[in-house]
Amino acid sequence: MPGGERSILERSPLARLPDRALKYGLTTLAGLILALIVYFFVRLVGEAHPAFAHQGVFGFVFGNDWNVSANKFGALPLVLGTLITSALALLIGVPIAVATALYANELCPLRLRGLLTVLVELLAAVPSVVYGLWGIFFLAPKLQGAEQWVADRLSFIPFIGGGTVTIPNYFVAGLILAIMILPIVSAIAREVMATVPADHKEAALGLGATRWEMIRTAVLPYCRAGIVGGAMLGLGRAIGETIAVTIVIGDAPQLGKHLFGQGYSLAAVIANEFGEATGLHRSALFAAGLVLFVLTLLVNALARVLVSRASRTRGSSSTLRAADEMQPIAEAVAGA
Amino acid sequence: MSAQAPTGEQFARFAVSPSRRRKDRLARGLITAGTVIALIPLVLVIYYLLKKGLGSWSWSFFSTDPTGNTFFKTSSIGGIKSAILGTIEIVALASVIAIPIGIGVAVWLVEYGRESWFAQLVRFFVDVLTGVPSIVFGLFIYIVLVVGTGSSYAGYKGSLALSLLMLPVVIRSAEVILLLIPGSLRESALALGAPRWKVIFRIVLPTALPGMVTGILLSIARAAGETAPLLFTAATTRNTDFNLGHFMNSLPVQIYNDVTSPTTSVVNRAWGAALTLVVMILLLNLIARLVSRRSRLA
Repeated sequence: MPGGERSILERSPLARLPDRALKYGLTTLAGLILALIVYFFVRLVGEAHPAFAHQGVFGFVFGNDWNVSANKFGALPLVLGTLITSALALLIGVPIAVATALYANELCPLRLRGLLTVLVELLAAVPSVVYGLWGIFFLAPKLQGAEQWVADRLSFIPFIGGGTVTIPNYFVAGLILAIMILPIVSAIAREVMATVPADHKEAALGLGATRWEMIRTAVLPYCRAGIVGGAMLGLGRAIGETIAVTIVIGDAPQLGKHLFGQGYSLAAVIANEFGEATGLHRSALFAAGLVLFVLTLLVNALARVLVSRASRTRGSSSTLRAADEMQPIAEAVAGA
Repeated sequence: MSAQAPTGEQFARFAVSPSRRRKDRLARGLITAGTVIALIPLVLVIYYLLKKGLGSWSWSFFSTDPTGNTFFKTSSIGGIKSAILGTIEIVALASVIAIPIGIGVAVWLVEYGRESWFAQLVRFFVDVLTGVPSIVFGLFIYIVLVVGTGSSYAGYKGSLALSLLMLPVVIRSAEVILLLIPGSLRESALALGAPRWKVIFRIVLPTALPGMVTGILLSIARAAGETAPLLFTAATTRNTDFNLGHFMNSLPVQIYNDVTSPTTSVVNRAWGAALTLVVMILLLNLIARLVSRRSRLA
């Protein structure tokens, strides 16, 4: 090709313009998303600064005194409320979600599987405010008697037993959260379980394992990281969930004395108090938002790492590990 | 180790012992029970919504705005017209903002960014967005558009908060669909001399669109049910308003406000509004499912 002249296959600079425009336009758009998040974060820190300056970061997160009229903003009751309800949600929600996933993948008749999946996903379609409404007018009053019974029987255990059960309380909030995280944890567990190689399962069954032994030795060890990751994603949801918790937790800005008493959470305090807040109070609520943001960020980042590691195709090491786990069965069968 | 046929005694050795069988049955029972327990709340929520919600449904419930009357039993408390229209307006604007941007970013990720470090960074940040609590989105918009401009709440500010919430869902679902489009399709178009932008607009996007609809509808359904981002960005008012620059009512916010009322009729209005909201969201979900079944890609 003689220098300077264009090949007939090459486009004129003008014709290449739309291509360039699209490429750089879209790149800018993607970059803008990054800029936006960074900008939001910086502004949030800026707005939260007066509260942190007033209380100190440590004093804000671990101060056990949230008293708006006295200008005291120690968010420990809120942080602990968030952690207590989220932990409850995991404790109740994850085993049930894993059971649903196991049932759908390993036990249930093939025809039912689709229906079951749709039904569990329907739980995710109900808005959080509706869960709150249902929780406070149906679930919480119906459970009060049972909760009181448990609280009386277990009065020797600190924090669980002893007190008088109120209708809105930590436990109901945790239970509602458990229902709300169920679909996502179950969906991820199901996805990870689908990656278990059929060879492993067939090998376990072939060695004489019962259905449950097959699940315990071939399915669960293989999915452990993925299930933990799914649970962490659920935890992220639970920590950030606002409206349902606001309605059923009772909105008491003191640290609740027991599991069945009223409490508060980070997200709930923002939803409740932000409308009337001014000055330092508002800044404290921004600070609460920042703590919430950082908390969910950490939990979600950890979850992503676990899920992506689990869904990547496994090397020989896991096959070996699976073989190791199956050995007791093989021995039990052969050496009986 | 003989090659003889196994005797009956040897067969018995392979039988599952009673204790293992018991354990198996117990574990299966527990798994099944867990599944049943998972479905109980669904049944209860739907049953209660229908029981309480249908009772407050009437023509005037949908055709009147809520009034401030909550104390006098004789006067009407009004319906949820402004809330329904407000939700539709806010969510429609949020979709108009989030869908093109979301698809644009997804196209960039698949067609240009691919596996570059910058694309990985964008993916990471999109994942970060997915995890941000919805109330924090409300705070963001409040800082930038309410404090930042010195103005008050407005419908479009609520829309922006919701569009932030929808973005990651749209981007991730669109990206998955775009990745499914066979490379040979792009290559044949390029080989015929089509420029990249034409390949994207005439080949890639039309092929992917039916598949993307599912993710888009699901993101709209998610946004429609959100209360927290609207609390300090759009709400609250009682009147029907078609100007997105004004305060705007919405179904979730109205339910939230009505829940705390001591008046039974107002709480019943919340149930009716909740049923309306759930029906709207379920319809979107249903359409999404039907579309995804139709499309070859999803």
